[in-house]
Amino acid sequence: MKPAELAVRIGDHFPDAFLAREEVTVLVGRDELVDALLRLRDQQDLSFGFLSSVTATDHPGRDPRFWVVYELRSVEHAHRLRLKVGLPVDDPHVASVTSLFPTADWHERETWDLFGIVFDGHPDLDRILLPDDWEGHPLRKDEELGGVGTQYHGAFIPPVDERTMP
Amino acid sequence: MPVERFEGHLTGRTPEEVEEEVKKGVMFTTLDRAVSWARKQSMWPATFGLACCAIEMMSAGAGRYDLSRWGMELFRASPRQADLMIVAGRVSQKMAPVLRRVYDQMPEPKWVVSMGVCASAGGMFTNYAIVQGVDTIVPVDIYVPGCPPKPEMLMFGILKLHEKVRTTGTIR
Amino acid sequence: MATGQEPRIGHEPRIGHEMGAARDELREVPHQIRDRVTGEVRRETMIINMGPQHPSTHGVLRLLLELDGETVIRCKPIVGYLHTGIEKNTEYRTWVQGVAYVTRADYLSPFFNELAYCLAVERLLGIEAPPRAQVLRVLLCELNRIASHLVWVATGSLELGAVSMMLYGFRERELILDIFEAVTGLRMNHSFIRPGGVIMDLPPDGPRMIARFLDTMPARIDDYERILNENPIWLERNVGVGKLSAEDALALGVTGPILRSAGVPIDLRKDEPYSGYETYDFDVPVRTEADAYARYILRIAEMRESLKIVEQALERLVEPGPVMVEDPKVGWPVKLSVGPDGIGNDEGYLHHIMEESMEALIHHFKMVTQGVRVPEGEVYQAVESPRGELGMYVVSANEHRPYRVKIRDPSFVNLQAVPTMVEGGLIADAVAVIASLDPVMGGVDR
Repeated sequence: MKPAELAVRIGDHFPDAFLAREEVTVLVGRDELVDALLRLRDQQDLSFGFLSSVTATDHPGRDPRFWVVYELRSVEHAHRLRLKVGLPVDDPHVASVTSLFPTADWHERETWDLFGIVFDGHPDLDRILLPDDWEGHPLRKDEELGGVGTQYHGAFIPPVDERTMP
Repeated sequence: MPVERFEGHLTGRTPEEVEEEVKKGVMFTTLDRAVSWARKQSMWPATFGLACCAIEMMSAGAGRYDLSRWGMELFRASPRQADLMIVAGRVSQKMAPVLRRVYDQMPEPKWVVSMGVCASAGGMFTNYAIVQGVDTIVPVDIYVPGCPPKPEMLMFGILKLHEKVRTTGTIR
Repeated sequence: MATGQEPRIGHEPRIGHEMGAARDELREVPHQIRDRVTGEVRRETMIINMGPQHPSTHGVLRLLLELDGETVIRCKPIVGYLHTGIEKNTEYRTWVQGVAYVTRADYLSPFFNELAYCLAVERLLGIEAPPRAQVLRVLLCELNRIASHLVWVATGSLELGAVSMMLYGFRERELILDIFEAVTGLRMNHSFIRPGGVIMDLPPDGPRMIARFLDTMPARIDDYERILNENPIWLERNVGVGKLSAEDALALGVTGPILRSAGVPIDLRKDEPYSGYETYDFDVPVRTEADAYARYILRIAEMRESLKIVEQALERLVEPGPVMVEDPKVGWPVKLSVGPDGIGNDEGYLHHIMEESMEALIHHFKMVTQGVRVPEGEVYQAVESPRGELGMYVVSANEHRPYRVKIRDPSFVNLQAVPTMVEGGLIADAVAVIASLDPVMGGVDR
């Protein structure tokens, strides 16, 4: 289906759907997520059965603070859809979709690792990219980029002009 | 009668002068040079390819830029059988303890070549995730800059290391 | 020695008899390996760690394997040893500098990273690259696909023991890297594809180099097939190893040659064409056996198809044209070309900004330091990289730098299939499975 037609079809089922730059985006509430994904997957003309990626964006100072973004694709019809769930900063919990899409396993672990969003019901929500004892969630906007001043395991790396030969 | 040769050429010294020198202990210098020469002739690298620089290191060991000319085509998987560690690529915070452990497992004498700017100084990734210079973890002998360095640049660095090994005495 | 036995010294070695005696002794299994209660031989599983520093794990991949003898019972891949923070770094640099960061994610297919990112940025800007730039992009990407598959066949064969294939694969890859060096200046991590087009046109001897490569390569691929296709060791190690059915693959999000080896003909170049791919004539190889050998045959066939696309692209480059979009707010200000001193400066442009026009100098300064301002919005752009669906989710907040760049890397998702493929097989097959997956850890960890 072409994006314009898809937008109309999605708009019949979901009130918060819009078309921008040839892509259809649907906003759903946190509690309707699993239900929405099931409907999108099981309807014949939509059949979004392939989850490409799960990620998040951080907008400090805005409400909702986090948007969890699901990129869906249909194998039969070759069209795409984006689903976004907004989360407040004091309660960044959302249901895990690994029971529907096993591929979400590592994506959700990465999102937890980098943003601190907790996926309830995930079989094994551990850090995946950063060391297990890392503190903080680096991709949040209030965490700094780091580099020379990064502290890890008590080792502090001084700037280049203050280093001595080991 | 001992005749003195340096690098295969005859020096201008008479046999009597050489006899004098032998009595003064020139044997030790020659043994030192011989050991250093042997060490640099077949330095075996340990496989420590991490990222893009690893591919250029593999290219350096492959057919066109042949590291085998200097006896180094044998990348030993076990660090206990290697004497050179080429840190090729960006070292993340999670990998740093592994790097130190592999370095500690190598027997003496050992050398470290830091290949690429990411290993030498953190490269373009001045952020939380990359160790800003592998010399904060292991002592580095040669830094090879580049992103990634061409195999010829790596070879130049390795030859400089060979020079360093050959001219550094270890016995005296 | 038990009492009552004659001393062995002085007797002739009784070879057959002695072996029989040894066998009898072995049947008297020592008590330590029997369970004290039931008397049966205890079976314990062994948990071993493979990696991250290992010659056969394709980079810094760590596998925790629970073994029962040689059989893998459970496998857990642990990644993150190459986490570079690329996504965070792009939020602090301009849009064009983002290309230099993104290109180092999946470092064996740098052009694909750049292409996905630049297509996403162009969609946010609402512009399209000029036709000649699109042809150049397709040409370089397909050459990159061949180079990536060559590294795969070289390192995969090395890990399974066919050491000579390593040298052949890298020999051909050097030919392609020569072309890349002549065109872009670098062998890897090129930063050549920029938002708005590509940064430079082909050098004068570029088409001739590519044509010569197209002449020599098909015979070399024939050589690889002659070495490996019916090699009994290659067949033993790859046929039936690492089976992943189509349902499992789609559920796990696997894309690329692994999905096509299971019979699912998804290729984003055909299904969601970008950069003019719908105008090229090529096939997408598909197999149904879903094992490591099928993936090998598939990738060799893909190399041949890429050669076809390169040939067609080369024919279209006969017509000259611009390679960067003309809009002054977007396009890179300098028209670079390789001069007689080998440096990419344009004498006329330098004269213009330094001597003639102050405005041009200011404009050049602003474009190079600040860059383009991209309107607000978000875009997901996917391309077909040698490993599968490489997607970029780019969010802009109407600034001179990205707000969020998320790289959906195919290897990151494909590695989730490793437990399914490895469990139940032998530990030596684990190496063959990882080799057939072709993961690039730079993309996995970013």
